[in-house]
Amino acid sequence: MKDDNVETGLMDALDARREYKYGFTTDIESDSFAKGLSEDVVRAISAKKEEPDWLLQFRLDAYRKWTQMPQPDWAQLKIEPIDFNAISYYSSPKSKKKLGSLEDVPQEIRETFDKLGIPLEEQKRISNVAVDAVFDSVSVATTHKRRLLEAGVIFCSISEAVREYPELVKKYLGSVVPPGDNFYAALNSAVFSDGSFVYVPPNTIPPMELSTYFRINTEGTGQFERTLIICAEKSQVSYIEGCTAPQFDTNQLHAAIVELVAMDDASIKYSTVQNWYPGDPETGKGGIYNFVVKRGKCAGKNSKISWTQIETGSAITWKYPSCILQGDGSVGEFYSVALTTGRQQADTGTKMIHIGKNTRSLIIAKGIAADRSSNAYRGLVKMTPGASGARNYTQCDSLLIGGRSSAHTFPYIEGGNPTAQVEHEASTSKINEEQLFYLQQRGVSREQAISAVINGFCKEVFNHLPMEFSVEARKLLSLKLENSVA
Amino acid sequence: MLEIKGLQVALNGTQILKGVSLTVGRGEIHSVMGPNGSGKSTLSKALAGHPSLEIISGSILFDGKNLLEMTPEERARAGLFLGYQYPVEIPGLGNSEFLRMAYNAKRIAEGKEELDAMEFEDILDEKMGLLGMDGKFRERGVNEGFSGGEKKKNEILQMAVLDPKLAILDEIDSGLDIDALRVVAEGVNSLMTKDKSLILITHYQRLLDYIRPDYVHVLSDGRIVKSGGPELAHSLEVEGYDGLAAGAVR
Repeated sequence: MKDDNVETGLMDALDARREYKYGFTTDIESDSFAKGLSEDVVRAISAKKEEPDWLLQFRLDAYRKWTQMPQPDWAQLKIEPIDFNAISYYSSPKSKKKLGSLEDVPQEIRETFDKLGIPLEEQKRISNVAVDAVFDSVSVATTHKRRLLEAGVIFCSISEAVREYPELVKKYLGSVVPPGDNFYAALNSAVFSDGSFVYVPPNTIPPMELSTYFRINTEGTGQFERTLIICAEKSQVSYIEGCTAPQFDTNQLHAAIVELVAMDDASIKYSTVQNWYPGDPETGKGGIYNFVVKRGKCAGKNSKISWTQIETGSAITWKYPSCILQGDGSVGEFYSVALTTGRQQADTGTKMIHIGKNTRSLIIAKGIAADRSSNAYRGLVKMTPGASGARNYTQCDSLLIGGRSSAHTFPYIEGGNPTAQVEHEASTSKINEEQLFYLQQRGVSREQAISAVINGFCKEVFNHLPMEFSVEARKLLSLKLENSVA
Repeated sequence: MLEIKGLQVALNGTQILKGVSLTVGRGEIHSVMGPNGSGKSTLSKALAGHPSLEIISGSILFDGKNLLEMTPEERARAGLFLGYQYPVEIPGLGNSEFLRMAYNAKRIAEGKEELDAMEFEDILDEKMGLLGMDGKFRERGVNEGFSGGEKKKNEILQMAVLDPKLAILDEIDSGLDIDALRVVAEGVNSLMTKDKSLILITHYQRLLDYIRPDYVHVLSDGRIVKSGGPELAHSLEVEGYDGLAAGAVR
């Protein structure tokens, strides 16, 4: 190896991570809609779910808005035109019994989640995490529901919430991301099929972490899920989402909406480890198109919303988890690691909209681009005229591996209040051969050295993940960047 | 311990070492001195296996093994340590985590079990105590924001933890004031035993007042032009490198 030049050596070290270990397909009969999107399809989804009329009207309104909107093309992404009529908008595993109950999950799906490391049996779970398991278009099970309810915490699929807690859903659905907000928000609002719902009552901290695991299985389907989390006065919740999908040659669309609402003195921590199938690393064929709208509203004073995301998968990632800092003294945070390898493209960042007085936001974004991938940070910090004494600090760091990857930073700052302060720092560097050699000279293997340098680069972000997920995230990054030395 | 024969090395197509031969026995301290650009740092990097260097010809035996066939990490695990003139910063990687990673890499190579964080802390405590270092070295990123003197102390701490058979210290004295120099030198002396060998690479004689070499070699334009005992370092102080190199050519 010693006569290899720097780039080749690194590329070799990166080679064997090519295998995507979640690329398997579950063989289960599914009940899928024919491909195509129309008002009838929207009605059919609503009918399938036996929804109340107000929700059907919500969907139809969104659908009409969507048909009037152009597909956005401002991102630093090269995307083949998406044929929205080539996608099936609903697919659920066939089951004799009604899905959603833990006891009745079909064996194949149970095995799938076991294989993904997310066993649905409550006693097997790490006892302090509850899971809502979403398979294609439906939530198949939610664990620890009862224990959470005893604490007053509602955690269920959004379909169940529509049935059981219609007033809450009606009040907050679309209150943070209106149906006409943007192209993908309108699409999701029209066709969303399932997702998770959380309500934490005042003065409550759930006895465990909550999570949703998203699995896309059926080829040719899209996944359009919707998550709504409401955290009432003086409450706290920590929520985690994970995602994987099988390896197909065709692209699959994932267009989700996540809405968070935090009341006075409430705090929501939302963490994502995204590992959708990234497509073939050589040809770029296949992979998930990940267009996600995530937004939180700090509605109450001194409320806090903190986004942490580890983005490692998807052929295309287009997402900007944002905070509307409406309550005085509210705090928004965004911690992000976006890793792109092969032919992946990511355009991701955040928006911090300061409305209330003395609101604060912190943005720490780390982009790592390897191979022929493209990695962009795009962020907006907006200080509205009422945001007296507001402060933002942004730090964006990019790390390039190999000579053919690219990193971009697009910070937008809109200042509307003279007493508000905005600070921005950015850096771009290449992975440093001297750092690797230094570690190797101390006996550390080259692969472990790469992993150590990259984990060091991402440390500020990893520190904000819940403990066991921090370990997972480090492993995932190492796996994606390491050669498994035989 | 170490036997270098006719070593010729190039960097980016320019030949830097033009035939260096040097033998270092067990328990011996050698000093390689020379002006800037004479090839001192290239020699130390060639021993450690830096990937930017091209070995044109020559051989290096370390403990009977062909060093040139070994990767940098294999050389390190076999007991070769390079103390850096300019130690590298690795932001975010905790110093004690790094030290444990290096320590365990060596243990695995020796067929021993890895130590967990708790077990390693005891070893680290002992070594830091030995070198009189305070706790801040433990959790900060590797050399991150360290002063010049702290970085050099951290190199010696790594040497203490890894307990190498042969340490090559490249200008460990540069950038240190006299007090820091004394601390670093005392640290090195405390680690030396009759089984350990040391190569001190330095521009100045003053380091040799603190660590006494058995042999001194003068490197000039990629060749060792003169070798002798400790007295050679003193005559260098008087004559300077130019006079000495000129004398050797004549």
